[in-house]
Amino acid sequence: MKKYGNFNIFALIVGFSFLYIPIILLILFSFNESRLVTVWGGFSTKWYGELMNNQGIKDAAWVTFKVAFVSSTVATFLGTIAGLVMSRFGKFGGRTLFSGMIYAPMVMPEVILGLSILLTFITLSIDRGVLTVTLAHITFSMCYVSVIIQSRMSSYDESINEAALDLGCTPLRTFLLITFPIILPAIISGWLLSFTMSLDDLVIASFTSGPGSTTLPMKIYSMVRLGVTPEINAVSTILVGLVALGVVTASIIGKRQKQQTI
Amino acid sequence: MDTKDKKHNFLKRIFNGRNAVISIPYLWLLLLFLFPFVIVLKISLAQPIIAMPPYTPLFSWGDSLWPKIQAGLDSYLFLFSDSLYIKAYLSSIKIATISTILTLIVGYAIAYSIARAPKRWRGILLMLVILPFWTSFLIRVYAWIGILKTEGLLNLALMTIGIIDKPLIIMNTDLAVYIGIVYSYLPFMILPLYANLEKMDMSLLEAAADLGCRPIKTFWSVTIPLSMPGIMAGCFLVFIPVVGEFVIPDLLGGTKTLMIGKVLWGEFFYNRDWPVASAVAIIMLLLLVVPIILYQKSQEKAMK
Repeated sequence: MKKYGNFNIFALIVGFSFLYIPIILLILFSFNESRLVTVWGGFSTKWYGELMNNQGIKDAAWVTFKVAFVSSTVATFLGTIAGLVMSRFGKFGGRTLFSGMIYAPMVMPEVILGLSILLTFITLSIDRGVLTVTLAHITFSMCYVSVIIQSRMSSYDESINEAALDLGCTPLRTFLLITFPIILPAIISGWLLSFTMSLDDLVIASFTSGPGSTTLPMKIYSMVRLGVTPEINAVSTILVGLVALGVVTASIIGKRQKQQTI
Repeated sequence: MDTKDKKHNFLKRIFNGRNAVISIPYLWLLLLFLFPFVIVLKISLAQPIIAMPPYTPLFSWGDSLWPKIQAGLDSYLFLFSDSLYIKAYLSSIKIATISTILTLIVGYAIAYSIARAPKRWRGILLMLVILPFWTSFLIRVYAWIGILKTEGLLNLALMTIGIIDKPLIIMNTDLAVYIGIVYSYLPFMILPLYANLEKMDMSLLEAAADLGCRPIKTFWSVTIPLSMPGIMAGCFLVFIPVVGEFVIPDLLGGTKTLMIGKVLWGEFFYNRDWPVASAVAIIMLLLLVVPIILYQKSQEKAMK
């Protein structure tokens, strides 16, 4: 093996500094006593206290959490089915269209997705609110879940399913008792990805939400438009912390699962 | 009796378990992903009015038996008569192209370095790339405002070291938009590139070296062509959504930064001209349909 070049070490150091320095600075300045973003006025947690008194942010956080929980759960259900259909059902009528509808939302500009789904709700006279945001989030999240399931199924050993079917197990039982437990880690990571994407989304939520369903990103966005404040840094830090916690937990679960199967 | 049986069989064929399973996600996507585009197309042909919803109906039943169709290309003609829209499309494509190239250069260097790192390090390095991708897009863009502002941290740092004595104007320029895009979309580029580079057969590179090829030449004539599928996937994943990007040009760009996603947002939320907003979306979709299909094809190939 060739030795690891200086260029590679340099690229990694510069690359990771670029990825992490903005987030680290953001977290650091959420503990700044001073209201000015560039002046360090000493350590303080007062902005977190201020956040706790901000009813608007708390309401938005609750809406966001509800939407994220429901949409990621439904999206995981639909996306898992879609992923299995794509990887295990072979040919069926309209397969190309189905695959197009799964891959297109992942790259489609969000403004188009948001506008089109909103106009649909209006045409069907569904009032804008928590429900419409949730339906919109399910639609784009399920595509990501389906791709995660598809890539898991590409390394799935089909012979164990065949063994179960040969021994007289029904297809549904085979799925529940054999396939499901094996692909469960992929399903969980699909759920987590859907949850964080719903938590993150600004554009689609802005189009599809109505009065009383302002989400946290929408609230943060309207605050950001007024300027950089330590309060935004504080709410961002909490979100970054939660996500980091979730990702680390998920990777520990994943590792344990791997060890168990070996 | 006979026909009834036949009918029964036919229904059974349609409603068997397999089709029922397929139909659940299929119908969902048809109703909430494909059908919406028909609606957008329909509204793009209507006229704006001050009402709720703020556009004219496409069909109207007057006294006659047949509905009168009121469809017009007014919104599209308007888009082509005002140079703002054409400029915004061109500028979006320019910004998306330049930032895709920049992301590719930065992303390739990182993905290559991770793929060639000692095996036990690769997992953790990849995890470090994915982690920021999980944190909020909006927050990551916001983080750059504090850095790039005229009185921001970058200027403060550079002036303290003494590299510059006047603050650099980066915020609210196209440069800030490029920085924001490269930063936000980097993981989308790194992941497919890494997946490709990691699988690469190293013996091919050794063969090139044994035959006297210099490392730089090997890189250009062996590594790059072999990693083409990864490059393509990464570029599509960055280019297509960036063309319609709204958050980054809105928060980091200036008034002169013209991007079509921002124009669509403005037409919809500020001008409340839904037919024009729909026409903007339809034209954007037409521009992106070829890259989207190419992306879908490349993904389907990768899954096999």
